Amino acid sequence: MKNLILFVSIIALLTSFKSADKNPIKKAKLKADADNGGITLPKGFGALVVSEGVGKARHIAVSEKGDIYVRLAKLKDGKGTIILKDNNGDGKADESIGFGSFVGTGIVIGNNYLYASSDSSVVRYPMVKGSPDESKPETIVTGLELYSEHGTKSLALDDKNHLYVTFGAPSNVCQEKNRMKGSKGMTPCPILEWHGGVWQFDANKKNQKQADGFRYVTGIRNIVGLDWNKQQGELYAMQHGRDQLTTLFPEMYNAEQSAELPSEEFLLLKKGSDFGWPYCYHDRFQGKKILSPEYGGDGKKQEICEGKDKPIMAFPAHWAPNALMFYTGDMFPAKYKNGAFICFHGSWNRAPLKQGGYFVAFVPFGKDGKPSGDYEVFAEGFSGGTEVKNPNDAKARPVGLAQSADGSIYITDSVKGKVWRIIHQ
Amino acid sequence: MKYIISLSLLTFFLSSAMIQKNTITKPQPSVYQPDSGKIIYETYCLACHQEDGSGVPNMNPPLIKTDWVLGDSTRLINVILKGLKNTEINGDSYSNEMPSHDFLTDYQIAEVLTYVRKSFGNQAGPISSEDVKKQRAKK
Repeated sequence: MKNLILFVSIIALLTSFKSADKNPIKKAKLKADADNGGITLPKGFGALVVSEGVGKARHIAVSEKGDIYVRLAKLKDGKGTIILKDNNGDGKADESIGFGSFVGTGIVIGNNYLYASSDSSVVRYPMVKGSPDESKPETIVTGLELYSEHGTKSLALDDKNHLYVTFGAPSNVCQEKNRMKGSKGMTPCPILEWHGGVWQFDANKKNQKQADGFRYVTGIRNIVGLDWNKQQGELYAMQHGRDQLTTLFPEMYNAEQSAELPSEEFLLLKKGSDFGWPYCYHDRFQGKKILSPEYGGDGKKQEICEGKDKPIMAFPAHWAPNALMFYTGDMFPAKYKNGAFICFHGSWNRAPLKQGGYFVAFVPFGKDGKPSGDYEVFAEGFSGGTEVKNPNDAKARPVGLAQSADGSIYITDSVKGKVWRIIHQ
Repeated sequence: MKYIISLSLLTFFLSSAMIQKNTITKPQPSVYQPDSGKIIYETYCLACHQEDGSGVPNMNPPLIKTDWVLGDSTRLINVILKGLKNTEINGDSYSNEMPSHDFLTDYQIAEVLTYVRKSFGNQAGPISSEDVKKQRAKK
C-alpha cells in the first residue's frame, strides 16, 4: 500500500512537471511586436506577426498543442492548407508545412478530427498525438455542385455530432439573369431548394451527399462567418447582403443609398429559420426587412418580409463579414468572454463612395445569447491607410479567426496570408 | 465702340457655344467624345471593376495589364454582349458572374471599350460601333 501511494505520487509529480514545463515557458516568451504588426488594438492588447505570408489565406484553426492550420484559396506548392509550427514558444512560426492538396475556406477541429472543406466536399483527418494524419482522409460530404459565386463552404461543429455546412446562393438576388439590369426575380426562387442556407450533416458518417443532409435554415444569400456558440448551444452566422441596388434600380436608389443598403446581418440560426433572401433585404435605417425591388418592392413596402426572421444585429452595408468567432478564453478581460469577434473583410460595392470594413469588430454578448451593446472596433489598420478607395489598395484584409488554448486569438489576411496573434498583457 | 461690339459678339458666341455644349444630352455617334465612355463606365462598370479598373481580388477581374482588354477586340466585345463567368484571368479565378450588357447600344459599347482600352495605364487601339455591330449580328 505504501509503495502504491509512493508510486502514484511519483506519477502525479512527473505528470505535473511535464505539463508545467510546456505552457508557462510558452506564455513567458510571448511578446507583442513593437508596431503590433501594423495593426491598432485597444489598450492592453498587443499583436505579434506569426507569419508574414502563407498565400491567399482563408479560415484558420489552432490545435490543442498550438499548431496553426490555414486554409488557402489558391494552391501553394500543390498544397491547400499551410501548417505553421512554433517550436521555441516565442509565438513566431519556425516551420511552415503544406498539408492536403485541395483549396477551400472551411476548417474546424473537433471530435478528435480536423475537418476541412473544398467548394464541393468536406474531408476529415483523425488527430493522432495532437496532429491530423494526412494519410487517413475520410470524405464526410461529397459530390457538391461546384459554382464560383458564393461557392465557398464554411464549417461548424456542434456538441451533438453534427456538422454544419454553408451553401451560398450562386446569385445576387435570384433574378432570371443574374445581376442583369431589368431581369425579374424568380418566384418561387428555385435556388433555395439546394442553396441559400445552412445544411446539417452527421459529423461522423462518410460519403454523405447534400440530400443526406438537412436544410437547417434558409433565406440567406451567403454566409462566410459561421460559429457554434457553446454557451448558448446555438448556431450563429453573418450574412453577406445583396449588391448593386443602384446599378439595377438607378431610378429607385442613388449611389449613396446603394452604398448604405442593405444591412450586413448578424443571425441567430435557430433550426427552421427563414431570413427572407431573395425576396427581402434588411434596412437598418428603417429597422426592418424590405421587399426587394426585383420582387416589386419600392424601398418601403414589406409585404411577405414582415414575417421573416430578423437579425440580432445589423451592420453597415457591404462590409463583407468573413469570420465569426465566440470568445471562450480566459486571457482577455471579462467583458470579452462569450462575446463575438467578426472579421470584416472589407467592401467593394460602395464605390464611388469610399469603401468600408477592413477591420475586426467585437460585439459584447449577454447571457440571453443576444448582443448586450453596440459593436466596437477591436483591430484595425489592416489596409495600411486611413481609407480604402479601391479594394486592391488594401495591404491586408482580415478573413479568418481562431482561438488558441491559452486564450490568445489569431487573425488571417487574404492578400498575402499574414497571420497575427493577439495577446492581452 | 467697334471694339466693344466685337467683344460682346465674341461673348455672345462663346456663351451660346457653351449653352449648346451643355444642352447636348445624346452624344453624336459620328464624333468621339472622350467623356461619354467614362460616363458609361461609371454607370455600368465601376461598381465591380472599381474607379481605377483594378477590380476586386477573387471576385471581379481587373481591367489592367490583361490580354482580355488589350488583346483581341472581338473577344472583348463578346464579353460585353454575352457576359463572362468561371474564367481564369492571369492565373487567378474570380467568383462573380459578369452579366450580359447587350442592352447598351453599339455606340455605347464602342465608347466604353475604347475608354477602358485607353485608361488605367492601358494603351490599346479604339473599338468602333461597326466592330460591335458585326459581333452582335453573329449572335
